[in-house]
Amino acid sequence: MDTCIEKIRELSADLLEKGEVEKVIGFAKGTIPMATSPIAVKTKQDVDKLVFNSTCGLNLANYVSKGKGKIAVIAKGCDARNIVTHIVENQIQREQIYIIGVPCTGMVDKHKIAALFEDEIIEFSEDGDTLTVSSLLNTQTLKKYDYLKGNCLYCTHKNPVLYDVLARDLVEEQKLDNLFPDVDRIEALDEEAKWQHFENLTKNCIRCYACRNACPLCYCPTCFVDESSPQWVGKGQNKTDVNTFHFLRAFHCAGRCTDCGACVEACPMGINVRDFTRKLNKDSLELFGWEAGLDVTKRPPLDTYRPEDPDDFIK
Amino acid sequence: MKFISIDKNDWTKGIDKSREKYQLFGPVKDENGCLIKKLDPDVQPDMGFHESIMSAKSVIFPQTEKILNTSLDESIENHHIMQRAKTDYSPRAVLGIRPYDAKAMELVRLNFDTKEFKDPYWCDAYEATVFVGLGITKPGPFDFSTSVGTGPFCEEGLDILLADLDDTYLAKILSPKGEAYAAACGFDVMADEKESQALFDILRKEAEKNITSSVEIDKLKGQTILELHEADFWDDVAFACINCGTCTYVCPTCWCFDIQDETKQKQATRFRNWDTCMSPLFTRHATGHNPRGTKVQRVRQRFMHKLKYFLDKYDQGIMCVGCGRCVKSCPVNIDIREVCNMMNAYEKQD
Repeated sequence: MDTCIEKIRELSADLLEKGEVEKVIGFAKGTIPMATSPIAVKTKQDVDKLVFNSTCGLNLANYVSKGKGKIAVIAKGCDARNIVTHIVENQIQREQIYIIGVPCTGMVDKHKIAALFEDEIIEFSEDGDTLTVSSLLNTQTLKKYDYLKGNCLYCTHKNPVLYDVLARDLVEEQKLDNLFPDVDRIEALDEEAKWQHFENLTKNCIRCYACRNACPLCYCPTCFVDESSPQWVGKGQNKTDVNTFHFLRAFHCAGRCTDCGACVEACPMGINVRDFTRKLNKDSLELFGWEAGLDVTKRPPLDTYRPEDPDDFIK
Repeated sequence: MKFISIDKNDWTKGIDKSREKYQLFGPVKDENGCLIKKLDPDVQPDMGFHESIMSAKSVIFPQTEKILNTSLDESIENHHIMQRAKTDYSPRAVLGIRPYDAKAMELVRLNFDTKEFKDPYWCDAYEATVFVGLGITKPGPFDFSTSVGTGPFCEEGLDILLADLDDTYLAKILSPKGEAYAAACGFDVMADEKESQALFDILRKEAEKNITSSVEIDKLKGQTILELHEADFWDDVAFACINCGTCTYVCPTCWCFDIQDETKQKQATRFRNWDTCMSPLFTRHATGHNPRGTKVQRVRQRFMHKLKYFLDKYDQGIMCVGCGRCVKSCPVNIDIREVCNMMNAYEKQD
């Protein structure tokens, strides 16, 4: 990937120097291979800490919250869609935020790459579409496209939908005949196999809530799983309680999820959390012609009523 | 010290034999990674050098554990009186763990098994368990165990330490529990003590040489709590944190728990679950007041507890065995090694 980091640093330094923003939220270099860490840069001197590469898979809209001053944020296509969602849902005002848009060529699936190696990865580098990954035992040269995160594979909004400035030229959006082949595969299963698929998905869940906490949509002051009076769901490892958390969280994201994949990126157990939300995204598109986070002037389908809304379910 | 040589061709037969007396736990690899699990009768522990995502702590201290129960049916004698839940404390062995996971148990023990208080659930499970470690010959890049006083062949807390010698395992028997387990497996080929110890020393030194990662802890003891507490770096350390429980759950030494009561019809059960100091709920009072209401307070608490409060209270080193699991699993790459070094090197600016 042309990481366009020089441009990002230049724009950030300029904004901080002129005092137009209080801080720039971006990614810093990680301490281990294939990791980056969200950072708030407050001085011109610190902009060199910013990096941008194919391991910036978290969503920085998650770090944008109501505050006094104006903040800048480095936004990929999906981060920008979640900023739009934040604006629509009154989590932030448009004028509070300065968006440095970064047209994105996709992020890499760290679990998929790690699975290629017997031992731990000690080095990761990229040059355009070529990834070079080493462990102590061997080195592999990989094509980035083959190791994209699942959500990047089906992404049709690589370019930020809302921005104040771009850090590089817009990229070509991919045209896909089918946006949801993964959902189709699950839908094709019989009832029992379908249930088993979701049972397997959560079998290693440790309820650390990294998926929820990495998600920009999950800003409820108190999540339903943390409520104690009434307590809606048990807090232990009982399978029904674990599944209840995942199912309800997914439904709470219906019509709001941008499929940024931050939940999958954050999960320490390698659970493809998106399997819970993707079907709802597909329904949103098929039933309401809706994709979340594209337009600050439109309300999401589940908090509006239109006479033409589908009502086939009323028999 | 006694050493036993185990031909790898006899390994499976031996541990299968031990299943008559012991429940077995060990590393199991699936599509998501490697975890320490209870082994079904037909499942063998994965003795390759996979670094399990979670430590072995759940064998003694399960993430969810029934501790008490009672009946709410008033027609039954002793209704509403909590009784200890029935738990199977028959002998169990956990095989192929990283050696310092057992050292972590010794640190956790300082909390659960004291002169004044004994946590019956933890102590009974601990008593029932044989810890069989596998010396790490190829330490991963996140392993900083030697700098915190453990290491890839650390023996503390283990009952047996295995060294992988390609065709055989050389087993160092470290306790009577370990001896009994080896006997239950039928492993009885004695190895020469002097030669075996020399071999262990060579392997240990070789492995320690391959550890590339470290932390500085020499000045932590001399730091004052209040100065560290007020240090200027906590906001920056905490910025990226999403307050998930990953670091605390993957940690072999994090011991905090929460108590929950649940009822199902007339049956009431008291559970304890792992808790995490990263969650706002951890300290929220019934009044709604939260003494650690902000993210930065919680992040600071975790590092201060592990690297300062624990050190000061017990004088047994820091509450970290250097496994690197939290470094690897943190979704936002908050790295305890960096924080530890910052705390160690901190000097108050006047």
